[in-house]
Amino acid sequence: MSRLLQWLFGRLPIGWLQLTHNRTRFAAALAGVAFANVLVFVQLGIMNSMATATLRPYGFFQADIMISAGDANAMSEGGNVARQWLLQAMADPEVEDGIGLFVGNVPWDRGDKDISLTTFGVDPARPAFLAPEIAGDLALLQVQDAALLDRLARGMSRDQAAGIRPQSPLSFETENRTISAYATFAGGGGFGGDGYMLVSDQTFLSLFPKRSSAAPDHILLRLRPGADVAATVGRLHKVISDPSLRIRSFADAGQEDLTYQQTRRPTGVIFGFGVLIGVLVGLVIVYQVLSTDVADHLREYATFKAMGYGPGFFLGVVFEEALVLGVLGFVPGLIVGTTILTVMARITTLPLAMTSSMAITVFLGTIVFSALSGAIATRRLAAADPADLF
Amino acid sequence: MDTEIIAAARGLNHWFGSGEARKQALFDVTLTLPRGSFTVLMGPSGSGKTTVLTLMGCLRAVQDGSVQLLGQELNGAAEAQLVTLRRRLGFIFQAHNLHESLTAQQNVMMGVQVQGAVSEALAAKAADHALGLVGLANRTTYLPANLSGGQKQRVAVARALVGNPALVLADEPTAALDKDSAADVVDLLKRMGAARGTTTLLVTHDNRILDRADRILTLEDGRIVKDESRPGAG
Repeated sequence: MSRLLQWLFGRLPIGWLQLTHNRTRFAAALAGVAFANVLVFVQLGIMNSMATATLRPYGFFQADIMISAGDANAMSEGGNVARQWLLQAMADPEVEDGIGLFVGNVPWDRGDKDISLTTFGVDPARPAFLAPEIAGDLALLQVQDAALLDRLARGMSRDQAAGIRPQSPLSFETENRTISAYATFAGGGGFGGDGYMLVSDQTFLSLFPKRSSAAPDHILLRLRPGADVAATVGRLHKVISDPSLRIRSFADAGQEDLTYQQTRRPTGVIFGFGVLIGVLVGLVIVYQVLSTDVADHLREYATFKAMGYGPGFFLGVVFEEALVLGVLGFVPGLIVGTTILTVMARITTLPLAMTSSMAITVFLGTIVFSALSGAIATRRLAAADPADLF
Repeated sequence: MDTEIIAAARGLNHWFGSGEARKQALFDVTLTLPRGSFTVLMGPSGSGKTTVLTLMGCLRAVQDGSVQLLGQELNGAAEAQLVTLRRRLGFIFQAHNLHESLTAQQNVMMGVQVQGAVSEALAAKAADHALGLVGLANRTTYLPANLSGGQKQRVAVARALVGNPALVLADEPTAALDKDSAADVVDLLKRMGAARGTTTLLVTHDNRILDRADRILTLEDGRIVKDESRPGAG
C-alpha cells in the first residue's frame, strides 16, 4: 500500500504513514468509516427494495400504454376505468390490441396467519400481454377458479411451491371459493402485500362479485410494431373524452407509481429521510476522523508549512488519508452491509439485496465525501500563519 | 567589498490582539544579517525574540516596517511568494517538530522534497548524508519516539540544513537539551553553517551557548537594546 501511494502521489506517503502509525486509532477510524458505509447501505437497500417491490408487478405484463383512473397513483390503488374507453382506444390505427386489467387483494389462510395476495385478473386468451415466463401458463387460467401463484409469496415453502403443477394443483379457500393453483411464477412479498396471484378475468369477478366486467382497474394497450408511443398517447388524450383519466406509457406508469411511493407515501418519505440521515451521519463520522487527525498533527503540518510546503501538499496528504480510509473502510462496510441486508431479506422477505450500483455509488460517495471532509478539515491550516500553529 | 545582506529588518513594529487587547510586541526593530554570520538574538521571555524570528522567516505577516529577505520585501508579499521564500530557509524549533510517523531519514527527506521534483532515491541519499554529518548515520530508520532529545534535535538540524538554505532560523533549539547536547547542537549548527556559508539567526535565552555567537543582539520589551559583535567567537 505504501509503495502504491508513493507511486500515486509522487512523494512519501505521509497520509498512510500517519494513519498507520497508531494502529488502534487507525482501526477505530476504519470502523467509523465502515459504520457510515453500513448505515448508508442499509438505508439504500431498504429504499431500493421499495423500488423493486413497486416495479415488480409491472414486470408481469407487457404493454405500451396504460390507462388508469385519475386517482390511481399506484397499480393497486384508485378507481376503475370504463371498458368503453378500451373500445375507443382500439379505434386508433396504431393500437394493435387491448385488455382490461383487474386488481384486488384476497386473503389466504396459512394456518397461523392470513397472508394477502395481490390478485390480477386478465383475459387468459391474450398471452401477448404477459411476460414470457407467465404467458406460457396463461391458458391454464381458462378453467374457472384456476390460478397462477407467486412461488416467492410469504409463507410459501420452497417444497410446496415446487409441488405445484397442472397434475398436482394446490387448492385453497378464499372469498368462499376454492382456488386451484396450477403453476407458479416469481414475484415476492412487498410493502403492500405478501405475494401475487394471477387469475382469469372471469375468476376474478367470481372472487369479487361486486366488481363489474365493464369496469377494470386499468386498460393495457399494445401498439403495432414501430408505433410512436408518445404520439399515440397524445392522440388518445384527444379521443378519450374523460379528462380525469391517466393515459401514459406503461413505462411512465411504473415510474410515476415509484415516485408516488417514494415521495408521497409515508413509508417512502421515511425511507428517503433514512438515506439522507445515513449520508449525513456518515459525513460527520468521516469529517470527525479527518479533522481530528489534522488537529492532532497540526504542529507537524505547521512545520511543513514553515518549510515551504503549500496548501496543495496538505490537501494531497488529507486526500491520501481520505482515499485510504475510503477504500479500506469500504471493504468491511460492504461485507457487513451485505450480511445485514441478507439477514433482513430473510426475515422480512422483502427484496433487500446489495447491488453493484449501490456498492459503486456508496464507494464513490465515500471517496468524494471523505475528500470534501478533508478539504474542510484543512481550512484552518491553510488560512493560518505557520507561526500561529505552533 | 560590501558584505552581502541576507536578511534585514528596518523600523519593524508588530502588534498582537485587537481592540482593547491590542498590544505592541516590537518597537522599531532594525537589524541586518550578513551572509555567513552566526547571530544570537537573546532576551528575557516575552521580549519579542520569537516574533522577530517568525517575521524574518515569513512565518508571520509583516504589519509595519520592512523586512527584506534574500532581496525581496516581505511587507505585503503574496502568500505564494512567501511559500517560495520559505523553501530557501531552514527552520529549527524548540520542540524538534519531527513528524512522529516518519523515520529520521524520511523526516530529513521532507527538507529535500520541498525543493520540487527530486527523485526518492536522491532525496534519501541527501538525507542519509545530512544525517551522517550530524552523527546519526546509524539511526536513519529510527522513528522520533526511539531517539533521545539531543538526537531528535540533531535530526531537526539535518532537516533544516539538507536543502542548503541561505538562512537558518533557530528558535530556542537547546531549551529542552542538557548542557552537553545543547553545546553539540550549537557547535554542529555553527560548523555546518560555516562550511556552507549559511547565515544563522538563533533565538535563545540560554546563556550556555552565548560564547559560540559571533554577534549577540539583546532584545528587551520589543526593542533591541544591545548589539554586541564578537569576532572569532566559538
